[in-house]
Amino acid sequence: MKINVLIVDDSAAIRKILTRVLSQTDLPWGDVHEAGDGVEALTILKSSEVSLILSDINMPNMDGLQFLTNVRANPQWKQIPVIMISTEGSETKVMEAVELGASNYVRKPFTADQIKEKILPCLKGVATS
Amino acid sequence: MNLSQKLSQDFSEDCLAATSLRGKETMLDKDAIARFMLSAAEETFATMLGLQITSGKPSGEQAETAIHVERVVALIGLAGSYNGTGMISCSPALACKLASEMLMESLSAVDGEVLDAIGELSNMIFGNVKTMLEQQIGQFGLSIPTIIFGRNFWTRSFGEHWIVVPIEVNECDLDLRMCLLPNSTRSFSGLHRKHS
Repeated sequence: MKINVLIVDDSAAIRKILTRVLSQTDLPWGDVHEAGDGVEALTILKSSEVSLILSDINMPNMDGLQFLTNVRANPQWKQIPVIMISTEGSETKVMEAVELGASNYVRKPFTADQIKEKILPCLKGVATS
Repeated sequence: MNLSQKLSQDFSEDCLAATSLRGKETMLDKDAIARFMLSAAEETFATMLGLQITSGKPSGEQAETAIHVERVVALIGLAGSYNGTGMISCSPALACKLASEMLMESLSAVDGEVLDAIGELSNMIFGNVKTMLEQQIGQFGLSIPTIIFGRNFWTRSFGEHWIVVPIEVNECDLDLRMCLLPNSTRSFSGLHRKHS
């Protein structure tokens, strides 16, 4: 049983770092999909089975909060855990993400341990392929 | 004395301490902005790169700046009740070093990956400055970073001065700069929040 993950960030550097952090865990990762914005991410979701989403907020074309709104509005995707990872650390922005259905929130800059801590509780009972 | 305390002490001697940014609801000192920049940089470099930084004396610099040597420059805009720009500037060699540390791979020439990494560092630093500023002067919007690599160019901000915080990383110099002015001419009803 593999966990397919979708990483959404306009920075290729951050996508690479997050991919490395995931590989450092003992979890059975499957496909790691990458998207540079919310529009690309929705396209990937339509054609791939995803068990976990890590998403930035500030992105071109469609930002992370708009993307999250789209995910939660779709019955097929609404149960997928979405962890927001962003420099947007204000209480207002965190609360906005939580109200829109974010499963957890990590503020940039982050450590590998912080990412792992936030991911593990979200993976209990998630669908794997 | 930690870096932030040292910065505060140094800064009180500087001409910048005599000036402040005045908004309708709040006043924001430039030394506070410099402290926020340093604090955000300390955290970002320590967390993402495992590097310690040392700071030089902050200063003010003319809005128009000539850059004659090769530099990697990241610019990021802020907009809300105040408008401004944050800037990181360093040598290509340091940019490669920082990107190598961040991505844990050896990068010896400035390429897309290096520029992307420097852009992300600027995003983290000024994103956190933004969060600190928001506690005093309300919400901001943050732009996506723009990264420039080259030499013999001029930068000009719309403000009077850059607030410049020089830092040293791995025995190399890196400048953090920011200009921020009250937005008195435009309404940002969706972003601006009055403080009670």
